[in-house]
Amino acid sequence: MSGLIIDRARCVGCGRCISACPAGALVLEEGTALVDRGLCTLCARCVDSCPVGAIAVERGSAGAADGWRGVWVFAQQEGGRPLPVALELLSRGRQLADALGEPLCAVAAGGGEGLTRPLLEQGADLVYLCPALSGDHRAEPAWPELLARLTAEHRPAVLLFGATPFGRSLAPRLAARLGTGLTADCTELDIDPDSRCLLQTRPAFGGNLMATIVCPDHRPQMATVRPGVLPVSPPCPRPGARVVRVEPPALPAPLTRVLGEWTADPSAAGLAGAEVIVTVGRGIGVRKNLALARRLAGLLGARLGCSRPLVEAGWLPYDHQVGQTGVSVAPKLLLAFGVSGAVQHLAGIAGAEHIIAVNTDPEAPIFSVAHEAVVGDCVEILREMIGILEEKTK
Amino acid sequence: MRIAVCLKQVPSTNEVRLDPETHTILRDGRQSVVNPFDAHALEEAVRLKESLGGHVTAISMGIPAAETLLRDAVARGADEGVLLTDRAFAGADTLATSYTLAAGLRKAGPFDLILCGKMAVDGDTAQIGPELAQQLGLPHLTEVCEITPVGEGRARVRRLTQRGGQEVEVTLPAVLTLVREINTPRMPTLAGVRRGEAASIVRWGLAELGVDESRCGLKGSPTQVVRTFVPVRARETAFLSGDARSQAEQLLKIAGEVLA
Ligand SMILES: Cc1cc2nc3c(=O)[nH]c(=O)nc-3n(C[C@H](O)[C@H](O)[C@H](O)COP(=O)(O)OP(=O)(O)OC[C@H]3O[C@@H](n4cnc5c(N)ncnc54)[C@H](O)[C@@H]3O)c2cc1C
Repeated sequence: MSGLIIDRARCVGCGRCISACPAGALVLEEGTALVDRGLCTLCARCVDSCPVGAIAVERGSAGAADGWRGVWVFAQQEGGRPLPVALELLSRGRQLADALGEPLCAVAAGGGEGLTRPLLEQGADLVYLCPALSGDHRAEPAWPELLARLTAEHRPAVLLFGATPFGRSLAPRLAARLGTGLTADCTELDIDPDSRCLLQTRPAFGGNLMATIVCPDHRPQMATVRPGVLPVSPPCPRPGARVVRVEPPALPAPLTRVLGEWTADPSAAGLAGAEVIVTVGRGIGVRKNLALARRLAGLLGARLGCSRPLVEAGWLPYDHQVGQTGVSVAPKLLLAFGVSGAVQHLAGIAGAEHIIAVNTDPEAPIFSVAHEAVVGDCVEILREMIGILEEKTK
Repeated sequence: MRIAVCLKQVPSTNEVRLDPETHTILRDGRQSVVNPFDAHALEEAVRLKESLGGHVTAISMGIPAAETLLRDAVARGADEGVLLTDRAFAGADTLATSYTLAAGLRKAGPFDLILCGKMAVDGDTAQIGPELAQQLGLPHLTEVCEITPVGEGRARVRRLTQRGGQEVEVTLPAVLTLVREINTPRMPTLAGVRRGEAASIVRWGLAELGVDESRCGLKGSPTQVVRTFVPVRARETAFLSGDARSQAEQLLKIAGEVLA
């Protein structure tokens, strides 16, 4: 499967596909086009160029998984070090690779020891390193090219990405290019022992339902996982693990050009990476009580977030909104005051490790996800907590 | 400037009904709303048209009832609505959806700019934009929070990244997916609503699009749902007793332990 097929009965031998092919994978033979599957990167430009519709990307045939081996992790880096999500993916990837009895590989760019050592320690058998590329947004157009080429050469069975803004831009582009499936924001990944397929479990309907998704007839099986969802295993370097350097792709004139970059305004909510978060909902009653939540957040070194109605009321800017249509957070500790816990809100706090909730309603759905709960007036509890902390600092 | 906006109809709640056989979502068209993110894409398209002149096409793949969504888009400033609807399109995952949408956009186009919301609130994948761009062979940028056309077939775009943001110049045509901060969608005017009611919405199916049926809908979807289950929130919630002062003390103690 996942090969180019040319209907030689339909092909008129016009040669347009040959000029369209950036990989030089097509030739004319006996008046019809022929593909070299070893060179073809499945970019499908020839499919679009063919005036008689004689070219297609083969899909979903029996034995689709044959010859596709190994678990690959895209190891995004920042400042020469892998992002934590890359190590999280490698940890789970190691388990998947062991279940399959196949190798685990990381694909990374940029370089240096600071990047490759953690990847090897986390259990990669092989690191494909492209030193000439930057492993982030600046190299965005080059990445689908590089990964499509490596995928065509090495045929991995599984390809995993962190659901960072970069991963969420790159993975779908590549999936469409390879003509394969992609499952977003998985919270669990396993191997089905019978079919050897990747079982990809993700929340659906704002977390009301979990769905397990498979991609049986297409390879690679692609998935993204949100940062902070999978645990990192203790280091387990593999004997004989190594780094293989790869060339960057030759790109036609890029269609996007980065003119400048800025780092996030420190006064913005900064919820995405926060360790401690205080959230407030309608239960805080009146706007002036926000000051209490701010004060507590300040004392705890926490960021302030809120439910959607507070944004709609104009009490806090949109970047404070936690939930499905706001920010997804993954703090160590989240303290929720007067938040009911609607599914759309819960979808955004699924990554929180520890949740404390205060609500007057003992049946509030937020309690179903809380570790500790106080049934009571959140304004009063806020005041008491602030009081205690202020006494201490005196 | 010719602009296309991709819109999706989503259920107004996240209550679920699944087809027991295919495990796909049952949609009945009632109580559906436009995906909130897409409303911002439409607003941006209309604003660009208002400042530069041009034409806005609202396009959606969905059930016939999704026509209301396109009428509403016309009411809010779109010039035309195109509905891609066919039984063969049902049950599509993101790959099949982007394939079908790409065919619709090719037929309705050419466009200088194709705008999508960052994601849909029912599927939550944020995959359609980049997949669509790949299917169309166009560049794409995600998380866009500002668009400034600069002439000569180019636009300057500000987008959010992990670190903060970027300013990027992109050659048009391009596919952009927008974050909600980009604007505040308007309400339709009375005249707009009338225009929407009077508009004739174009409907294209498999035959009109000339697409490959095996790449559409459930058949063209590499991913399949094999199991759905209600998440077990196997969490022992400890309800703290005592008066407010003692509850506050307990909470702070727990917070200290969690963060230690
Ligand atoms: C498509 C869609 C997307 C959405 N996206 C989001 C999203 O991203 N984020 C989001 O948050 N919401 C989102 N919502 C809205 C969501 O459905 C809820 O309406 C919202 O989360 C409720 O906010 P809340 O908990 O502050 O208010 P309410 O639901 O009104 O809850 C207030 C809570 O405060 C409690 N309370 C009252 N007084 C007190 C007191 N004195 N002390 C303690 N507790 C008290 C009440 O018991 C109640 O539980 C979305 C909705 C839709 C349809």
